[in-house]
Amino acid sequence: MTRRVLILGGTSGIAVATARLYAAEGAVIGLVGRDAARLAEVAADLTARGATAVPVFTLDLASEAEPAARLAEMRDAMGGLDDVLLAYGLMVPQAEDERDPATARRTLDVNFTSAALWALAAAALIEAQGRGSLIVIGSVAGDRGRRKNFVYGAAKAGIAALMEGIAHRFGRPGAPPGIRAVLVKPGPTRTAMTAGMDRTGGGWAEPEEVARIIRRAADTNRRWGGPIVYAPGRWRLIMLIIRHLPARIFNRLDI
Amino acid sequence: MNAARGIETSGLASWGRTLRAPQLAFAPSWRDELPATLRAAVAARPGHGVLAMGLRRSYGDSGLNPGGAVLLTPALDRAISFDPTTRLLRAEAGLSLAAILAWMVPQGFFLPVTPGTRHVTLGGAVANDVHGKNHHGAGTFGRWVRAMGLLRSDGGEHVLRAGDPLFAATIGGLGLTGLITWVELELLPIASSVMEVEDEVFEDLDGFFRIAEASAGWDYTVAWVDCLAKGAALGRGIFSRGRHATTGGLKAVEPPRLLRMPMDAPGFALNRLSIGAFNALYLAMGRRRSGRLRQVPYLPFFYPLDGIADWNRLYGKRGFFQYQSVVPPAAQREATRAMLTAIAEAGEGSFLAVLKTFGALPSPGLLSFPMEGTTLALDFANRGAPTLALLARLDAILREAGGRLYPAKDGRMPAAMFQAGYPAWEGFREHMDPHFSSAFWRRVSQP
Repeated sequence: MTRRVLILGGTSGIAVATARLYAAEGAVIGLVGRDAARLAEVAADLTARGATAVPVFTLDLASEAEPAARLAEMRDAMGGLDDVLLAYGLMVPQAEDERDPATARRTLDVNFTSAALWALAAAALIEAQGRGSLIVIGSVAGDRGRRKNFVYGAAKAGIAALMEGIAHRFGRPGAPPGIRAVLVKPGPTRTAMTAGMDRTGGGWAEPEEVARIIRRAADTNRRWGGPIVYAPGRWRLIMLIIRHLPARIFNRLDI
Repeated sequence: MNAARGIETSGLASWGRTLRAPQLAFAPSWRDELPATLRAAVAARPGHGVLAMGLRRSYGDSGLNPGGAVLLTPALDRAISFDPTTRLLRAEAGLSLAAILAWMVPQGFFLPVTPGTRHVTLGGAVANDVHGKNHHGAGTFGRWVRAMGLLRSDGGEHVLRAGDPLFAATIGGLGLTGLITWVELELLPIASSVMEVEDEVFEDLDGFFRIAEASAGWDYTVAWVDCLAKGAALGRGIFSRGRHATTGGLKAVEPPRLLRMPMDAPGFALNRLSIGAFNALYLAMGRRRSGRLRQVPYLPFFYPLDGIADWNRLYGKRGFFQYQSVVPPAAQREATRAMLTAIAEAGEGSFLAVLKTFGALPSPGLLSFPMEGTTLALDFANRGAPTLALLARLDAILREAGGRLYPAKDGRMPAAMFQAGYPAWEGFREHMDPHFSSAFWRRVSQP
């Protein structure tokens, strides 16, 4: 059976790497984003790689007022929906968030408020149809606020709590068995979002590595992990340690 | 996040790791960003130029632009189109050969030509006009390129095809004619991902040439040579020949990386004794299976070293040089013998020593390395002056024989050596992009 996945933020590096895994399976892949030309480039790539169809939906996810209605339209255009992957995000240098309230608001709106509204709409759709997976990309930056990146981190912490709540609802006694909500928290990944950083040191993952974990998390066939999945998995332990560092040690760390 | 803003880094070395230099790195992700990124890179380091940088498998300084700007291409890795009937794959220049194999092998397609590592980009394969074990039948990589996109610093975007002078300059042009944005490549159909392979030990250099001649009917041939053997055993080694099997299925299985060099090996790890012991062991292994037809997956056949991540760290902190030469047929026996003698006498060299005959198919690039004759490739740990002195002795033998060195492997050849080996270099200059440069080019273009 052809799998149908809708990707919110279809030009993000992690999204593209994940979409390629779906393409190799012959999936129908819906791409949503603002930049029609870039979405078309991604669609050509996915088509060449074996996707059955790659419909493109051009809209501004961060400012959409009616996510539920848009989602239903896109589902109908795709002939149904199995997975929703929320992959868009925005990261600016922390200093810009601190200097300019409009920038901070934008960071919070894109990464939390709008993402939360799309996640709520997708959760409702998936629960109503009784099957499907909602996968949202969070970040290890949400696990503990760090002076270098805490506005972005706060938004990602918020979306983590929201997804835990949706997973809690999906897992309640009597809920349909084939529905799933997962927040994937990548560590630093070599994508366009981080292209302005020095990525030559250790600790960086390739988007393909993160994509394999996301693809696996979307499979409802087997119960794999809880609602929070780290990508790569070693970040679970690293963040466990970082979260429990006493402040007097943590404050000395320039991380 | 901002492709138009570079970051200063000294962390981008080449595979040989002998040179570490600051470069301003730009990392564009989309084709539409390229014109602005290129403009910004040119403006950021006036007089130092720009160079595209892929997966950094060039050994020396041909892929580096110290003090200048580099455009990192690996994020530009999208397919643009693929037609299974014509077998034409058009893709962005940052797509790696490894990614193409993982995607295409299950569908019954293979690279028409592949170098000894699959971790190179399409753009890098074009810019170095790479060759493989099938050179005698397939020629170089550039012979299979049907078209490509080239962005020049004047903002011009060219679609290049065979017959265009800029096409011939860009194939093997070391990235100096502009930014290669996409490549259209004709793939090879295969019925199986399995290789039929036969190894045969040869006891001296004449033995190598005998087997090489007798193996012309095999698609892929290459030989490992024991570079410490002297006297009657000079030039002994193992000849390996292979072809695509017709049965066995189409699998792209990526083996898990079992080995990784976790750190730089200490300087004393590689010496005459350890290499001699390895070579004796390897040769004994080769004798055991000599003459027996085996079936092996394509990955270990084509890319034995890709199985060890960061194997270049084996040579320690100071890095290493690779020396790959080609000598035309008239002088190939004497010159190869003379070079192997010099290496064995110096006791330098390593177990990575490769010998192969190139066929007569002409290379399409003005500066393409392959030409008919015999190519010898060796690694040398960087021990400073003694290593450089040996390489200079090899240079002398090579020049005398009318041979040349492979720029992708080079980090030290004198300008005169380059200019003698590549007489087309002066004509090449007029096709260069005035704002593209590399450490290699600045070195070898000196009067």
